[in-house]
Amino acid sequence: MSGRAALDGAALGARLRERDTAVAAAVLNLVESRAPDARTQCEELLKAVSPAALGAEAPAHIVGVTGPPGVGKSSLLSQLVAGWRKLERSVAVLTVDPTSRRSGGALLGDRARIDVDPRDRQVFVRSTAAGNRLGGLAAPTRAAASALAVAFDVVVIETVGVGQSETEVADVADTVAVVVQPASGDVLQFLKAGIMEVPDVLVVAKADLGRPAQRAVIDLRAALKALGAMSTAVVAVSSVAPPTGIDELIEALDAHRASLDLEARRLRARRMHALADFAAEYGDAGLRALGGQRAAERFLAEQDPGHDVATLEHVLEQRADSGDSPSSGH
Amino acid sequence: MSHGPSPRLPEPDRPWLMRTYAGHSDARRSNELYRRNLEKGQTGLSVAFDLPTQTGYDPDHELARGEVGKVGVSIAHLGEMRTLLDGIPLDRMNTSMTINATAAWLLALYAVAAEEQGVPEDKLQGTTQNDILKEYLSRGTYAFPPGPSMRLIADTIAYTVTHIPKWNPINICSYHLQEAGATPVQEIAYAMSNAIAVLDAVQERLGDQAEELIGPVFGRISFFVNAGVRFVEEHAKLRAMAQLWDELGRDRYGVSEDRHRRFRYGVQVNSLGLTESQPENNVHRIALEALAVTLGRSARARAIQLPAWNEALGLPRPWDQQWSLRLQQILAYETDLLEYADIFDGSRVMEGLVAELVEGAREEMARVAELGGAIEAVDYMKGALVTSHRERLRRIETNEQTVVGINRFTASEPSPLRAGADGGILVVDPEVEAECRAAVEKWREERDQGKAKEALEELARVARDEQQNIMPATIAAARAGVTTGEWAQTLREVFGEYRAPTGVGEAAALPAEGLADLHEEVERVSEALGRRLKLLVGKPGLDGHSNGAEQIAVRARDAGMDVVYEGIRLTPSQIATSAAQEGVHVVGLSILSGSHRELIPSVLEALREAGAGDVPVVVGGIIPDADVTWLKEAGIAAVYTPKDWDLNRMIRDIVALVAEHNGLSAAMSA
Repeated sequence: MSGRAALDGAALGARLRERDTAVAAAVLNLVESRAPDARTQCEELLKAVSPAALGAEAPAHIVGVTGPPGVGKSSLLSQLVAGWRKLERSVAVLTVDPTSRRSGGALLGDRARIDVDPRDRQVFVRSTAAGNRLGGLAAPTRAAASALAVAFDVVVIETVGVGQSETEVADVADTVAVVVQPASGDVLQFLKAGIMEVPDVLVVAKADLGRPAQRAVIDLRAALKALGAMSTAVVAVSSVAPPTGIDELIEALDAHRASLDLEARRLRARRMHALADFAAEYGDAGLRALGGQRAAERFLAEQDPGHDVATLEHVLEQRADSGDSPSSGH
Repeated sequence: MSHGPSPRLPEPDRPWLMRTYAGHSDARRSNELYRRNLEKGQTGLSVAFDLPTQTGYDPDHELARGEVGKVGVSIAHLGEMRTLLDGIPLDRMNTSMTINATAAWLLALYAVAAEEQGVPEDKLQGTTQNDILKEYLSRGTYAFPPGPSMRLIADTIAYTVTHIPKWNPINICSYHLQEAGATPVQEIAYAMSNAIAVLDAVQERLGDQAEELIGPVFGRISFFVNAGVRFVEEHAKLRAMAQLWDELGRDRYGVSEDRHRRFRYGVQVNSLGLTESQPENNVHRIALEALAVTLGRSARARAIQLPAWNEALGLPRPWDQQWSLRLQQILAYETDLLEYADIFDGSRVMEGLVAELVEGAREEMARVAELGGAIEAVDYMKGALVTSHRERLRRIETNEQTVVGINRFTASEPSPLRAGADGGILVVDPEVEAECRAAVEKWREERDQGKAKEALEELARVARDEQQNIMPATIAAARAGVTTGEWAQTLREVFGEYRAPTGVGEAAALPAEGLADLHEEVERVSEALGRRLKLLVGKPGLDGHSNGAEQIAVRARDAGMDVVYEGIRLTPSQIATSAAQEGVHVVGLSILSGSHRELIPSVLEALREAGAGDVPVVVGGIIPDADVTWLKEAGIAAVYTPKDWDLNRMIRDIVALVAEHNGLSAAMSA
């Protein structure tokens, strides 16, 4: 998987369409690459896995899992992966590491390792540094998620943080699960204050603590009720032996996915992906040329739903160049 | 002119217990070694167990591969404990066992073997190390999560205080903290915080009996400390610990009897400062370090074991250990050390040093207490240790701190000590592993299966019930012929498994001199590669000594690499799968247990199977010269040993290796 072959986006896309999970590492190497020809090849890859090429949306369930550091996301994911494997679903986990230093380097996998059977080729785990985007999603993660969604049954994007990260993950994932520490009231306060968007599933970790976890479940349900967000499931889980709540969590995630207008969510995801790529490439000046974030989103909403990410990005570039965005000249 | 009290003691003191940390291969070979050591004048035993025994795996378990009998003796069941202690009078012996996660089990085997010799429990004297916190922080041979681990410790203490009253059920270890880079203040503070966590847990365990038993419990808790070559400050450290321990007993636990509050410690002097180059110099270092723990009578060690001159090279041979024992004997029997009262009594310099350390330690203890105590503060302490260790390395690299033979006075004649056919170290017979494997299989076949099964079921039941003490069921399991791996596996199923924090994420970035160039090279190579240079640092096998791997990981990060480090105790296939999936450009493996000949080829094979066979691999660890060539022939790109202390040079090599491997050499020199 080295050298030129790994940089052939169309070929990688074709193998993903055959649900060949073995190319996952090569796909990640490509989408992370900033080599001169990599961007073109990445566009080829995204074209090859677009709904137009597939004739449908990619079949995977894209799940975002986010929460504060130390809440036990890695142990939870170890248990979730085991649960999905029992149901014979293949799983790709993309973890986004927030550590970013002035050296540019990052320590990955330092958090408790996600424990899986190393011989199981239907499980893929890859960590990526968030780079300069503090707490945000690296552009490669968006591309990787949409590509791997063609070959895997489940694609998980794991991010760290509370209050912002779930908004970004919601732009990519079909279902967003926020993991909450029992005795910490952060999420509760953020929800009440409207700082945080209501997630699709709330997971209360460390249910083995007993009362504090039960208390957290009750408080969160009450807060959701007050906000009128009755559809958000609240599940308590424990990852320490013997694990509990994992099957319920999988059911809650499945239920959300079943109730979802998948095409609308994926369409929005592609548009936000294109906008994020555009913003990464052209920065604030580029966004201003589009009349700002909101104007750009409105503009994207008018575009052909069949466009893949690369096409949408070109459309944005043309619009920025043409100078006929609503706010140009201001 | 009037004379004060006589400076001489009416009678010279009795010497401390003299031990040698020893054990390798199987029970029979280690028993022979112990008998010879005792004949040479050693007065106590110090049992070194191999890593499978320490982490609770039988010799035929996958994770035990390459590790059986390597860093200590393999003890899988009662029969082997019998053999290990054969002919050694346990009613008179004082035995220290370096055993932690599986301490309750090895203590049970020891007690049953003694009972078979006709020695009752209340006659037994010795120590089980049994300190789990430093395993999370430094040594890595933990098996269970913190909660159940603290329960096992509390159970053994509660059991011994009533049944084996002359046993030290726990050695609170600051030794390994210094090995992990702790400053004297950190060493004192973390050890005391650890003791508080243990005592609080025992107090809870004792319930109604706590008030009556806390004095004897406090009195049975001993420490296992380190002594570095700055021996004046190191001696002050021990006086500071004695002072804090006395205060802790009186103020926090209300221990009224003076004898219960006495600070008792054993010591193994520093290994971190021993060097591979000019290894004969280590003898001088060890002698000076021994002074740190013997000079002042009021803070003198109760038991001493000294490392051998060749610890940085590999396993010491019996002769090397004899040389270290002779050092203790000269100090105790030839010098006048034991004839005087405390020679620092009234010394203003010593008092000042002690006061400084006590004050610093109090501040650091308060910080740990604020975080919720030692167990809750593991992440914080681990990060602080990694940072201190890095500061130490930086000072050596920049010549701020002199290490003779390393960064000053490096010209040397060839050492005749290493000229022998064995290269100056002990090599464990490669047949040992197969023998132990066969022996445990035979043992399992020949025992009463019904009894063993019953004992394990009872053990599981007791483990699930937090109100019960684990010791009686453990002793019953020992009698029923249960194996080490079965005992631990039963508890793993009830308690769950655990991975400790690596501490590398918490380590703050220090402005390291000389990194600018390195950083530039990493950026240039990363750009040419298309993505950031990515390194996987892996620790295969059971060896938990992660300090070296952590320092490489942190330095590579500071130089600008993306570094995947997932902690200790990974199988070759776990490492290979991570390397392939993470898309790393290079793999660095660290092994200090001597199992590189078995494990490295397995990792290479697993990399090929995972489709990452073309990723270059470098190895670091305690690797004898003879094996360096062998590893290179097996396909390893570079081998680093303790004489390669310059981290920046190593990182530079790794960058160059990746560049060359990807055909970028020209870009580098452009």
